Amino acid sequence: MADLIAVLPRRDLVLKAAVHAAALVVALAFAALLWDVIGQGLSRLSWSFLTTEPRSSGRLGGIAPIIISTVLLLLVAITVATPLAIGTAVLLVDFVRTGSLGARIVSMSLDILAGVPSIVFGLFGNAFFAIYLGLGFSILSGGLTLACMALPIMIRSTEIGLRAVPDDWRRGTAALGMTKTSALRHILLPAAAPAIIAGLMLGIGRAAAETAALVFTSGYVDRMPGSLFDSGRSIAVHIYDLTMNVAGGEKSAYAAALVLVGLLVIINAIALALSHHVLRKRITQ
Amino acid sequence: MYRSKVDGYVGTGLAMVGGVCTLLVLTIALFLLRESWSVVQGVGLRRFLTDSAWNPTEKRFGLAPMLLASVATAIGAIVIAAPLGIGSAIYSRFYAGRQAARIQRAIVTLMAGIPSVVFGLWGLVALVPLINKIMPPGTSLLAAMLVLALMILPTVALTADAALATVPMPLQQGAAALGLSREAMIAHVLVPAARSGIVAGILLSLGRALGETMAVLMVAGNVVQVPTSVFEPVRTLTANVALEMAYAVGDHRASLFVSGLALTLIVAALAVASWRLSEARSHG
Repeated sequence: MADLIAVLPRRDLVLKAAVHAAALVVALAFAALLWDVIGQGLSRLSWSFLTTEPRSSGRLGGIAPIIISTVLLLLVAITVATPLAIGTAVLLVDFVRTGSLGARIVSMSLDILAGVPSIVFGLFGNAFFAIYLGLGFSILSGGLTLACMALPIMIRSTEIGLRAVPDDWRRGTAALGMTKTSALRHILLPAAAPAIIAGLMLGIGRAAAETAALVFTSGYVDRMPGSLFDSGRSIAVHIYDLTMNVAGGEKSAYAAALVLVGLLVIINAIALALSHHVLRKRITQ
Repeated sequence: MYRSKVDGYVGTGLAMVGGVCTLLVLTIALFLLRESWSVVQGVGLRRFLTDSAWNPTEKRFGLAPMLLASVATAIGAIVIAAPLGIGSAIYSRFYAGRQAARIQRAIVTLMAGIPSVVFGLWGLVALVPLINKIMPPGTSLLAAMLVLALMILPTVALTADAALATVPMPLQQGAAALGLSREAMIAHVLVPAARSGIVAGILLSLGRALGETMAVLMVAGNVVQVPTSVFEPVRTLTANVALEMAYAVGDHRASLFVSGLALTLIVAALAVASWRLSEARSHG
């Protein structure tokens, strides 16, 4: 108690000032970064930037093939990860008891996966998908690697969405004599759908921002991909390449960064709106 | 438990799906080991720490300077990001009005979504020239620390915010009833009560910082050396993998997998520690 009473108003002021300064520094750093990206990016961004092929290693021209490659990479990742994510989340919430051995093993695997650094996913994807499975440097290798990376966050948020469905509903379906399967199909999954989609969007956002895992799996090629077995360069890899390996590529890098950040903001906004929608429904029930 | 046959089948199917995650973890571990095995067996793990230089094509495998660089950048980043992140969380929870708190949280959340290459790009174009003015060459340990600090700031802030949110209301009311000032409450009651959650968040961020590749690679200068000041360029373990993987073969490639394996073990240990702490909190 003694030290509580000994607290001096002057120390109060110091803490107050420090807290406000910290909040201000965070906001200013963010503003500086965003200002730079928007300011420098807008000067180069145009409709033709989005719709033409890069020329002179990306210094000139646009990023059309790179956008297509990014979309394909994300599509592969979603297609593979979505069923796995929803299945695992349903398993954890409705089919195994919390704290049972099975649930603990799956949970622990997810925690480990979530902690693996992205460059290590890149090493793994290169050794396993590209070389061992013989997929080579391709959009398929990259997309599968991204799926592995996005899996934990997708499962966790789907799980949260399913757990948010009131247990009364589960008891109600049991009282009606519904099987768990039909309860899930007709009641629980539809009720949790916005949260599930929000979770999937978060996973996609994570995948879209990724660079390190893609450099050795989907590769560097900046031509329009002809199939999923072609190498394709994602926007993030394009930004990296322009910044590090192309002298005078900064302007284009900023424009590509603006496109990528814009894409991510849209994805996150959808995820946020959907999860708010769920919360609001929970409250008004 | 299973009443109907259908549920039995579906349950079995889902168990197999859930097994995929566990299988994936095992496969990753297996492949990292498999790819690094030749060098572990032929050269031995000790030489990765004791060899004086990193020149794998000439059989010199000293990873120590890069390990040191990784640890130094991560710790530097935490030292910068922790006070800022915790301060920002305290602000949005105890000082800001409704609207200001919402804006502060939105900023932090948006920042969390910005890709690491964008941080790297900004660091290289905006930050490195500034550091270069103070002390060339600009691409340096300091630049890496600052960019990493910005990147992990949202993680620190969001986890600290969440930890502060779980402090029981009666504690706050009791402190207020004792006539404590808001600052005394924060410093002596609320932050100590949320300590384990805040520390868990810091450990998590430390793991992020150690595992980050691209942003660091873009601003750190990538010279393999033990830095004598924060203005000297360094190369981290992750950057080394990203830089050399493209052309590495044989023992060289295997030694990159060894560094990947080492990195994973360090980050996993931090994740386990962080998880233990938050478990302890939720039971305590």
